[in-house]
Amino acid sequence: MENQTLLTIEDLSVQFVSAGIRTTALSGLSLTAKEGEILAVVGASGAGKSLLAHAVLGLLPKNAQVTGRMTYKGQVLNEKTLPRLRGKEITLIPQSVTYLDPLMPVGRQVYYPMNKQEGRAKTAALFEEYGLSPEVMKKYPFELSGGMTRRVLFSAAVLSGAKLLLADEPTPGLSRETARHVLRHLRAFAKEGRAVLLITHDLDLAVECADRVAVLYAGTLLETAPACDFAADGAALRHPYSQSLWNALPQNGFHPVTGNMPSPGERVESCPFAPRCPKKTALCREKPVPLRPLRGGTVRCIHAT
Amino acid sequence: MEEGERVGLIGPSGCGKSTLAKVLSGMLCPQAGEVRLDEKPLPKKGYRPVQLIFQHPEQAVDPKWRMEQILNEGYFPDRDLLNALGIEKEWLIRYPRELSGGELQRFCIARALGPKTRFLLCDEISTMLDPITQAQLWELLLHCSEKRGMGLLVITHNRALAERVCTRIVKFEDLNGKGEETHAKK
Repeated sequence: MENQTLLTIEDLSVQFVSAGIRTTALSGLSLTAKEGEILAVVGASGAGKSLLAHAVLGLLPKNAQVTGRMTYKGQVLNEKTLPRLRGKEITLIPQSVTYLDPLMPVGRQVYYPMNKQEGRAKTAALFEEYGLSPEVMKKYPFELSGGMTRRVLFSAAVLSGAKLLLADEPTPGLSRETARHVLRHLRAFAKEGRAVLLITHDLDLAVECADRVAVLYAGTLLETAPACDFAADGAALRHPYSQSLWNALPQNGFHPVTGNMPSPGERVESCPFAPRCPKKTALCREKPVPLRPLRGGTVRCIHAT
Repeated sequence: MEEGERVGLIGPSGCGKSTLAKVLSGMLCPQAGEVRLDEKPLPKKGYRPVQLIFQHPEQAVDPKWRMEQILNEGYFPDRDLLNALGIEKEWLIRYPRELSGGELQRFCIARALGPKTRFLLCDEISTMLDPITQAQLWELLLHCSEKRGMGLLVITHNRALAERVCTRIVKFEDLNGKGEETHAKK
């Protein structure tokens, strides 16, 4: 059965202009997210993961210039359509717990877009499902632990009824068991026919819970792969960076790669991983590498087979 | 902890691991009991021989200082160490917000590795890093630990990481006077 594609991103680029200097933060990114699927977006901090989510929601700062095309159910996402979709069809589970209003009880923050009576009942039911006691409704954000706050943010996302969920780093600081619990909730969302974009730097958790994994590096999408390709020594993966990332995990060899990811100001048009890549040749530095389909995924590497 | 020993400390969130680290480094005073280094209480003045590195580097640096000033506050790390940590020269004139979490964490490690550091307490220091940056940082820390006989206390949720870098793993709940679980790696 073919599930409907909810989100399509084609050739998305984001540039920031500050004091006359233009820096490219995301370049030529193409992705799709389907109903019923969890798509993980992984990469180092500064690779552009959160920026991607904010671009989809149209929440970038004013000095950002966006090019490319994004559609939701075939409808182009722009400043006209987004205000209608945001929070209703597409919603964000934010990274930071500071996204809650410190001066409003958390229960009301979950249901305030709704009719009070109905909203309160639904919120109470959701809180119960997430193991939050009814008293939590009346508490203020500062009275909750990190894990409780995360469950409140999840409740708000579910209650909105959105079909596309963008979860920005929902697991850091949580123990393995709590993190798995959070990811089970994401799986439940997907089973109900929603699409989940899971943004994370935690590769082993992403691989454990997602259907597909997109690998970002220095603002560039280097590979999308079925999650099951992240296995054994990573030979099924398409890009050398994805393989390095996988083999750097403590349980997979703990192999570091020397050098640093280029920062936005020093990015080049050719392969951004070339300076650190074990498979680089002179060709890698010559011109931009296009993203191409390969073995049920996509890759941006001239050597990938 | 023995000299140069690398101990992993694991336990559920909220059990007191970070508080213990603060007590061991001398940042917090215990209401009862004592922390001793070479059978003597921790020094109250001067360089702290037990250094603590936190999970969130952006909360451990002054946002209004340039990186150079942050780096040299306690001592002057030499260029070899900075190279080994992958700290690039042009980063020194930047402010903390102009660096990524992984880049900032390297500065926090560099400034804790003064010549008088005997023990390094690492409180979830690589949790917010990607696997490659994590492996880079630990390679360097293990090298320093071996070269100088510097002990490491590694607080982490990541069992695979603890097994990789530690010589012994301790469960926090076993610290209340009971025995210790040991997993010798090397």
